[in-house]
Amino acid sequence: MMKRYVYINDNELSGDLYCDNRISNRKYTILNFLPKNLWEQFSRFMNQYFLLIACLQLWSLITPVNPASTWGPLIFIFAVSATKEAWDDYNRYLSDKQANEKEVWVVKQGIKKHIKAQDIHVGNIVWLRENDEVPCDLVVLGTSDPQGICYIETAALDGETDLKTRFIPSACMGLDPELLHKIKGVIECPGPDKDIRRFDANMRLFPPFIDNDLCPLTINNTLLQSCYLRNTEWACGVAVYTGNETKLGMSRGIPEPKLTAMDAMVDKLTGAIFLFQIVVVLVLGISGNVWKDSEARKLWYVQYPYESPWYELLVIPLRFELLCSIMIPISIKVSLDLVKSLYAKFIDWDDEMYDFETNTPPHATNTAISEDLGQVEYILTDKTGTLTENKMIFRRCCINGVFYGNDSGDALKDVELLNAVMGNNPDVIRFLTVMAICNTVVPMRSKTGGITYKAQSQDEDALVHAAADLHMVFVNKNANILEVNFNASILKYEILDTLEFTSERKRMSVVVRDFQDGKILLLTKGADEAVFPYACSGRQIRTFVEAVEQYSQLGLRTLCLAWRELKEDEYYEWSSMFKEANSTLVDREWRLAEVCQRLEHDLEILGVTAIEDRLQDGVPETIETLRKAGINFWMLTGDKQNTAIQIALLCNFISPEPKGQLLLINGKTQDEVARSLERVLLTMRITTAEPKDVAFVIDGWALEIVLKHYRKAFTELAILSRTAICCRVTPSQKAQLVELLKSCDYRTLAIGDGGNDVRMIQQADIGVGISGREGMQAARAADYSIGKFRFLKRLILVHGRYSYNRTAFLSQYSFYKSLLLCFIQIFFSFISGIAGTSLFNSVSLMAYNVFYTSIPVLVSMLDKDLSEKTVMQNPQILFYCQAGRLLNPSTFAGWFGRSLFHALVVFVISINVYAYEKSEMEEVAMVALSGCIWLQAFVVTIETNSFTILQHLAIWGNLVGFYIINCLVSAIPASGMYTIMFRLCKQSSYWMSMFLIVVVGMGPVLALKYFRYTYRPSAINKLQQAERLGRPIVTLGTVDPYPRPTDKEVASLSITQPRNRTSVYEPLLSDSPTATRRSLGSAATPFDLFQSTSRLSSSYSRNCKNN
Amino acid sequence: MNPNGKDAPAASDSSAPPRRNSKKPKYSRFTQQELPACKPILTPGWVISTFVLVGIVFIPIGLSSLFASQRVVEIVDRYDSTCIPQHYVENALAFIQSSETNKTCTRNLVVPKHMKSPVYIYYELDNFYQNHRRYVKSREDKQLRSKKYEHVIKNCDPEATTSNGSVIVPCGLIAWSLFNDTYGFSVNNKAVEVNKKNIAWKSDRDSKFGSDVYPKNFQSKGLIGGAKLDPSKPLNEQEDLIVWMRTAALPTFRKLYGKIEVDLEVNQKVKVVIQNNYNTYSFGGKKKLVLSTTSWIGGKNDFLGIAYLTVGGLCLFLAIRLKAFKEFVSLINYNCFGGRAISIIIILIACAIYSLWAIHPSCHGTEIQLDI
Repeated sequence: MMKRYVYINDNELSGDLYCDNRISNRKYTILNFLPKNLWEQFSRFMNQYFLLIACLQLWSLITPVNPASTWGPLIFIFAVSATKEAWDDYNRYLSDKQANEKEVWVVKQGIKKHIKAQDIHVGNIVWLRENDEVPCDLVVLGTSDPQGICYIETAALDGETDLKTRFIPSACMGLDPELLHKIKGVIECPGPDKDIRRFDANMRLFPPFIDNDLCPLTINNTLLQSCYLRNTEWACGVAVYTGNETKLGMSRGIPEPKLTAMDAMVDKLTGAIFLFQIVVVLVLGISGNVWKDSEARKLWYVQYPYESPWYELLVIPLRFELLCSIMIPISIKVSLDLVKSLYAKFIDWDDEMYDFETNTPPHATNTAISEDLGQVEYILTDKTGTLTENKMIFRRCCINGVFYGNDSGDALKDVELLNAVMGNNPDVIRFLTVMAICNTVVPMRSKTGGITYKAQSQDEDALVHAAADLHMVFVNKNANILEVNFNASILKYEILDTLEFTSERKRMSVVVRDFQDGKILLLTKGADEAVFPYACSGRQIRTFVEAVEQYSQLGLRTLCLAWRELKEDEYYEWSSMFKEANSTLVDREWRLAEVCQRLEHDLEILGVTAIEDRLQDGVPETIETLRKAGINFWMLTGDKQNTAIQIALLCNFISPEPKGQLLLINGKTQDEVARSLERVLLTMRITTAEPKDVAFVIDGWALEIVLKHYRKAFTELAILSRTAICCRVTPSQKAQLVELLKSCDYRTLAIGDGGNDVRMIQQADIGVGISGREGMQAARAADYSIGKFRFLKRLILVHGRYSYNRTAFLSQYSFYKSLLLCFIQIFFSFISGIAGTSLFNSVSLMAYNVFYTSIPVLVSMLDKDLSEKTVMQNPQILFYCQAGRLLNPSTFAGWFGRSLFHALVVFVISINVYAYEKSEMEEVAMVALSGCIWLQAFVVTIETNSFTILQHLAIWGNLVGFYIINCLVSAIPASGMYTIMFRLCKQSSYWMSMFLIVVVGMGPVLALKYFRYTYRPSAINKLQQAERLGRPIVTLGTVDPYPRPTDKEVASLSITQPRNRTSVYEPLLSDSPTATRRSLGSAATPFDLFQSTSRLSSSYSRNCKNN
Repeated sequence: MNPNGKDAPAASDSSAPPRRNSKKPKYSRFTQQELPACKPILTPGWVISTFVLVGIVFIPIGLSSLFASQRVVEIVDRYDSTCIPQHYVENALAFIQSSETNKTCTRNLVVPKHMKSPVYIYYELDNFYQNHRRYVKSREDKQLRSKKYEHVIKNCDPEATTSNGSVIVPCGLIAWSLFNDTYGFSVNNKAVEVNKKNIAWKSDRDSKFGSDVYPKNFQSKGLIGGAKLDPSKPLNEQEDLIVWMRTAALPTFRKLYGKIEVDLEVNQKVKVVIQNNYNTYSFGGKKKLVLSTTSWIGGKNDFLGIAYLTVGGLCLFLAIRLKAFKEFVSLINYNCFGGRAISIIIILIACAIYSLWAIHPSCHGTEIQLDI
């Protein structure tokens, strides 16, 4: 392994050995752009195909038309794609430039200088201030903290939002900031890698600083690029990896482009067309060769030579291959890219998804997957910050068995509590003290005299604020001395130690010395299960357990507060152990946890706090609407089960009894979990027949076992269940769940707001980030970012649905128009001796795909089949998108049939009207081409649901444009079409043929559409009628062929319930506040079972497919 | 429907001071997809009146074009089989390829109706693939257009150069296979002049065929294809060639031979002396002589008239019998397994094919009006 030696603060020795800190995310440089981009484009099958066709066309023996007719569009399309890539790359360059030109403080020749980030070299000493972003990978040498600690936020690196502690190496301990300017030494470290958890290096400082001791370095001594320095005034470090060689730079990869279900379908259809093409080519090629040998040899005027080259047999098939190559429209990719970027723009522009509160407009980062939004089947959502506001408010508390705030719902306004505070109730005061100082909050006095708190956790912030409201004001933190203002008297405490919060320990403690009486106190707060086991055994904690239970059933977040008085010697004994553990190099965190636990026992429980995290506006409505739209919701949260269930109830996630039923999967051992899973699965299988909301609940522990050992059973459960609550899950488990659903071929959407959701967001088919309080990591990693959860409704129902509908039309229409022309060519080959003559000339062929037919269809991206309002009122209509009703092999077969029919109409009419003395090649070709253009204008018209001025312009303007272009070409004497268009326009039979083609071609289509519309309308048609004629929408209810089994519900309940009651059955609070709201909200549901039956059957079939 | 979406802005507008750097998207009807749109739906009234309208428009047009087509007087005479002497019938190919046989043939035609001048003379070839790929490509427009491109013979294989390598003008298979039967007409033993001027398109004479291009080495190779050209006349005056070089899209086609600029009376006997030179016997193609008048719709072609009448009638029928159709559709709906759309399309295609082929002119007895 390569080693690197970093000479600290020594420009001569480190010099130019390593790259500078210029970050480059660019894919291309100016020089390699063309070859690299071409190589990438040609790695796609479609492009290879087109290139092959274009190359074959260079062989003049077989080409039916001028090679330019393929090369032109091909080059155009490549140019468009390349331009797009170049533009993206330019933007990356700009953002790199911004990062590279950021000013940082670096020590040069012993003086701090302001230089650009890109000029940092390995060995430079970089100074950072609070909230600065770390510009490259550094080894910390000094911080403002006397103990040599600094805090960093690593969210951009690993998605974890909690602050991490970093230490300066022991060798640098206690160095004066002035000395740090002059420090010299060498760091021996491994070559650049992407492992962000390992940094095995050592450092040796040069005299005069320290003797020649080798000092080991770990990852805990580093500040990695893209992290933020937090809660530390300053820190400085020596650059060890720079530029693209940093840990971040090494692990950076361009994320896999996401492919929509629709793209996959279009690819599939393209493949089918390709096969069809091969069949056509083989059939025509063989019959062409047979005809040639049996008939064409008799045609003396063709002069077929009797001796033929070896490739003679291939010539006719290859000619047909070229003739049929237009079957696969070369323009489809460009058209799709174009409309997709417009869909994304429509999202960006959407006024109604703009969040005033946080001033965030919606943004589509990924412009390619809008259609998928319309096909979402599963939404996996985070809870905190996504469904809730992540704005914590202290609501209730239970102090020493007395409940406060239960009546008013706000403990701060509870007179009893206020009286207790005024009356100096010792329990209450101790409780408040813990609230105020057992935390890592830093009070900041602003100029106006007010106090603001800087807290890393929203819960701590809420507690400190609540304590302040109850007259226990945390006013100042000066080094280790805390000042609390209680009832106008200042209480001082000295912080002796902080026992940090970790997600394993689930609690944090501080050891303080009370200045008033000199006692040493241990103050602890944490999750109930992390505190109650350590309560002193004699005490009664029953009321607290009840309180926790009660609060969490209200959906409140609970924290237990406890304390213990420490004896001096006990503390000092422990303190030395703590210091020792703090400085261990191996397994420090584990050692610390162990040591902490030695102190945190025999706690006296003071009380329980209950903090409310309010639901965001419109969350229940949004979830209800989306659930009606047939989307299944899974809630993945790190919170505890009861809280999660309560939030789920509150936001219509699950229904309260008796409509809903919760099935619990739990257990500590593998066997228990297996049995539990089996039971749930059994119940689920029985209840799927009922119109009941059945949800399962699983916690992280059980999930881990299930995913490891019972994946198959769990997959079945996932398919059966429309709702699931997964609590206490880790970020990687979230991603695993997404992966699981994806493997069942479901379209998943993951929505979240925090760094812990990043993995799930990236894993899902569609990732939606809420740009919220927990920062922007999720929003940056996501495909779409929105300001509030409620915008999801509009994103899916309006944007997703329209995009799906539009793309469905656009892609099928592209095939239709290409097939239309191709079929005419095939028909023509039957009357031209199956020799592969092209009826159309090169100009027409090229212009047909590029101009005549692409413009009208592009405006279909403005088409709206139903108004936004109707869709929002009838979310069930999304089913058509989810089930892929508008683009699937059978709709495609319809378009295929239509193109065959239209080709037949155009061909038969053209050759019959232009028969005998009129059968001049150019004229017949132009008649047929005009026929196609007329037909396609009417096809677009009949398939358009709403005409704006732009659509009229495009459709009819295009028709006029066709005549203008052809008249211009007909005016060029050198062109083969010279005077043709003028001659035709003067002939009445030409116009009569056009008229006839349109009526014969469109008449059946119109009649069919009308009959279907009138006698077998789809739900979309019904809504259209309702919307435009003002008919009541209730008629839609008839869509459902299966009546709702109301009686059955009761009967089957009695079968399933006793079984469930045992252990799986989870009773729900029926007096929850949602019970009333729910019944109000669900009053107007016109068709409940709109899709449940068909959905289920489709999921079963999918399941079979997968297993 | 979306109270949150709509109320929230209003509420926060009043509470929060207006932000200067608001990132609110700019409102425009286009960006909000709110352009005023007309949203037609297929109401019965709309659909029925469309069909009625189409029917009402189509039937008169169909009638008038059928009438026009019927007024065209056309004499078609197939002579390829009858113009072979008895002892050559078994060996027509030898007859036509021999340079010694007498290829003169006399046909008598009776004028069925008064034919107003000009009477167009066409020759009709059948089973002749002027649109065959090998044939249709074998020409060089540049060479035809101007003397300076005389040596451009890129596409002309296999009739590009003579065996000694000198360039053929006009080159290519099309020119080489120029039709070479000739017709002489006489009425009542009095020769009728055939005007062969201006039978080609003016645009072709003016800009496609050069006035400075003279035939060169034409038909001088061993194998003689068709007619020879007068080397002293420039190409733009060789109108038979110009007509021939407008290749036909169909294997059955007529090409203008000339015009008779006198009226032909009813029952007049027209004697045609044919030089039967052109070989269609090797591939079994027919040769026909066609005399025809013209109308506003062109020559005799009933297709448009019949198609218009049929379509117009169908539309009216559809419009009137929508109820009957309802039953028809519901019948299909219940009998088919999902593929009803396709089945209806197939039925309609079948109807269309049947009706179109049924009225195809070649199926009717218009071929031979008179055969003596």
